Amino acid sequence: MAKLFAVTIIVIAIASAIPILRHTWWMPEDISTHGQAIDEQMSETMAEAGISFLASQILLGAFIWQYGRPRPGEKIRRFPGGAMGVVIAAFLLVGTEVLALGAFGAKAWANIYLTPPAANAIPVQVQAGQFAFYFRYPGPDGKFGPLHADQINEANENFFGLDTTHDQDSKDDIVTAELAIPVNREIHLLMHAKDVGHSFFVPQLRIHQDFVPGLDLSVHFTATKIGKYEIVCTQLCGLGHYNMKAYLEVMSQADFDDWLKKQAALQ
Amino acid sequence: MHDMSAQAHAAHAGPTGFIRKHVFSLDHKVIGKQYYGLALLAAIIGMFLSWVMRIHLGWTNFAIPGLHLLSKNGAPGDVMTPEYYLQLMTMHGTIMVFFVLTTAPFAAFGNFFLPIQVGAEDMPFPRFNMMSFWVTFVSFIVMVAAFFVPDGPSLAGWTQYAPLSAIGSAAGPGQGLGEVLWASSIAIFCIGQLLGSLNFITTTLDMRTKGMSLWRMPLTTWAWFITSIMGLTAFAVLMPACILLILDHVAGTSFFVPSNLVLNDQVQPHSGGSTLLWQHLFWFFGHPEVYIAIVPAMGIVSHILMATLRRPLLSHRVLVYSMGGIAVLSYMVYGHHMFVSGMNPISSIAFSFPTLIITIPATIIVLIWLASLYGSKMRLNTPCLFSLGMISMFITGGVSGFFLAQPSLDIMLHATYFVVGHFHFVMAVSAMFGIFAGTYFWFPKMFGRMMNDTLGKIHFWLSFVGAYCIFMPFHYLGLASNVRRYQAFTDDYLQPLIPVHRFITIAAICTGAVQLIFIYNLVHSRFWGKPAPDNPWEATSLEWSTTSPPPFDNFGGTLPVVYHDPYQYGIEDSTSDYVMQTDPRNIQSQGDEA
Repeated sequence: MAKLFAVTIIVIAIASAIPILRHTWWMPEDISTHGQAIDEQMSETMAEAGISFLASQILLGAFIWQYGRPRPGEKIRRFPGGAMGVVIAAFLLVGTEVLALGAFGAKAWANIYLTPPAANAIPVQVQAGQFAFYFRYPGPDGKFGPLHADQINEANENFFGLDTTHDQDSKDDIVTAELAIPVNREIHLLMHAKDVGHSFFVPQLRIHQDFVPGLDLSVHFTATKIGKYEIVCTQLCGLGHYNMKAYLEVMSQADFDDWLKKQAALQ
Repeated sequence: MHDMSAQAHAAHAGPTGFIRKHVFSLDHKVIGKQYYGLALLAAIIGMFLSWVMRIHLGWTNFAIPGLHLLSKNGAPGDVMTPEYYLQLMTMHGTIMVFFVLTTAPFAAFGNFFLPIQVGAEDMPFPRFNMMSFWVTFVSFIVMVAAFFVPDGPSLAGWTQYAPLSAIGSAAGPGQGLGEVLWASSIAIFCIGQLLGSLNFITTTLDMRTKGMSLWRMPLTTWAWFITSIMGLTAFAVLMPACILLILDHVAGTSFFVPSNLVLNDQVQPHSGGSTLLWQHLFWFFGHPEVYIAIVPAMGIVSHILMATLRRPLLSHRVLVYSMGGIAVLSYMVYGHHMFVSGMNPISSIAFSFPTLIITIPATIIVLIWLASLYGSKMRLNTPCLFSLGMISMFITGGVSGFFLAQPSLDIMLHATYFVVGHFHFVMAVSAMFGIFAGTYFWFPKMFGRMMNDTLGKIHFWLSFVGAYCIFMPFHYLGLASNVRRYQAFTDDYLQPLIPVHRFITIAAICTGAVQLIFIYNLVHSRFWGKPAPDNPWEATSLEWSTTSPPPFDNFGGTLPVVYHDPYQYGIEDSTSDYVMQTDPRNIQSQGDEA
């Protein structure tokens, strides 16, 4: 039974690693300028975690194979190096590994979250509410009008609570249900929640940020590939959580300008 | 601490009436069994919930026969509504984390064995001990009662993020009364844990018998001691958090709700609260909770391994220091649950490093286990198989922690099935294997009868392979950005992943069914199992120096005297290969090398 157990452990470990090595299920293609650092960090972590996983499971299997059926008269033997050897190995190998991962990972994180948006980044506001995202562009004046929570009215499609009668800055604001952006231009996404917590996740864009009621947050990114991508909510927000989504459409600058004009006409 | 006098025994004679003997018992052994029974009931409910959830995730419109009996509104025509899925998911997580993973390895086994392992006749505060169980039982009833209120239980997940959890029924079904019941139940649960922790700590420090120095305590005792200190601090934070949450519902306060929230076009009558405050309070409890579940399992597995490997572990003390290191670090890492929460991004980096560093003591523990297999004389019985299986599961769950400790990778993995795979391996399955190992190992002592070893082995093999079939694919789904807590997969990019979900569902149903073998073995052995000798595993610690089951005062009137470290296995030049802690022969200690 010992040998069967040992083989089972090793077979499971190797079989588990195969889909990872073959990328059978893997992150979708990266369409951002910052995503490469994340992808590299993922690959490095996968290599280090994978080696740790396989080495430990194979060692477990090997020891069960070898010592699972003790021969009579055999004496207990001490592991070479003893406990101190194990402690030193853990500090040196794992300590170095995790500190290196931490340092490089922190750099990748800082590139996204600790850098200010470019001065010419296009501002877009996004509001998350049960169970839809809405987007607002500032219009030709470049200014967002103020929000009035008490004027939010879904039936009248006043999703943000704009007062276009009195607020000059709101008059040209453009509200949409999809996020259209020009390719290779930095976007400064200004995020707020209407009701409960939500999240903004576009796997291809390598952007993930929660909406926190009561907090105005922002992220910035540049998409590098034209196409249509799904924006999904990842923060449990109620019964329609699974269906809360919108589309991100990355288009050429000319197409974006046309789109914006059409949307302005629809307001 | 030394030599509890015989007077104490006389003052603590066993009751004879049914109620005092079996229901409101002051005996730590009965209380331990009560906790075990509660955990078993909770595990059966939790597993049933996972079955119906998994069926729904594989085949969303499948009518599960009889499901409407559970909730007419939640499952009209036996098909689950979206909100009912979330409600069952919330209950699955809550019941499993609190009433199984916290209750069984810590409260159940700890209550039964901690006093015996330190040579005490009972805990110092038996009434508190009894109260801790019954308070926990009330907490369970309050939690389960949520199934039967009009809107059903809360749908906000076991993490109960505000303001979804704090606004009330406007936020969704179950967020009114169901939510208040959730928060009340957990607040009550915390009281039970605090009372239990106080007893554990005091027993360990004050009730040790003559010769039982701290370093002579078994690793299980150390694990329960460390866990009870964690429990004391972690539950002491969760309880006020739950009380504030209840107040937001019933007293018009706004601890967790900021101003200007709009639901159904109505501005909510709240202002001044902080939604992130709940996350900080919850995870300050929540991350140590992971270790509250796993550290006792580490102790149990170490304890059993030595009896089945027939040798001491490579180092007793290094293992204790590592468990202690994990406990201390567990309070410094909780922010890794909040990398993308809107918390200051510099804090994310600050929380990332302790999270990565906690892998060092965890690695030391795994390496000590592995190195102790080397040159051992393994007895591959059922407790040994489950202990080795736990090591395999813990390694698998541990390595995925490398990813989730890094904020840059959390961008891709946060709230995906990768997280679900990680915590099920490292916390749930590892702890469950520890519970199974402990059950097969200690059942003879608890009930005086042996469990069936063949059934135990069948249970192990099918559970081991089944657990990998269920939880390993979760990692693949997460890498492909499959978001968790969805009741159905409507996004285009998730469609190719549905077959993987179906595979997991089939594996979960089969592996769940295998647990019936365990339950049959448990019940059958309890009444008809082979009578157990006092020391069936030829083990060394104090629980094996008394009868199976132990008498009311644990040691039959005379408390034992301890002469050795707890794990004197692999002894040569003696009639057997082990020396019990109570054996007065002068044999050189081999229990510790570092």
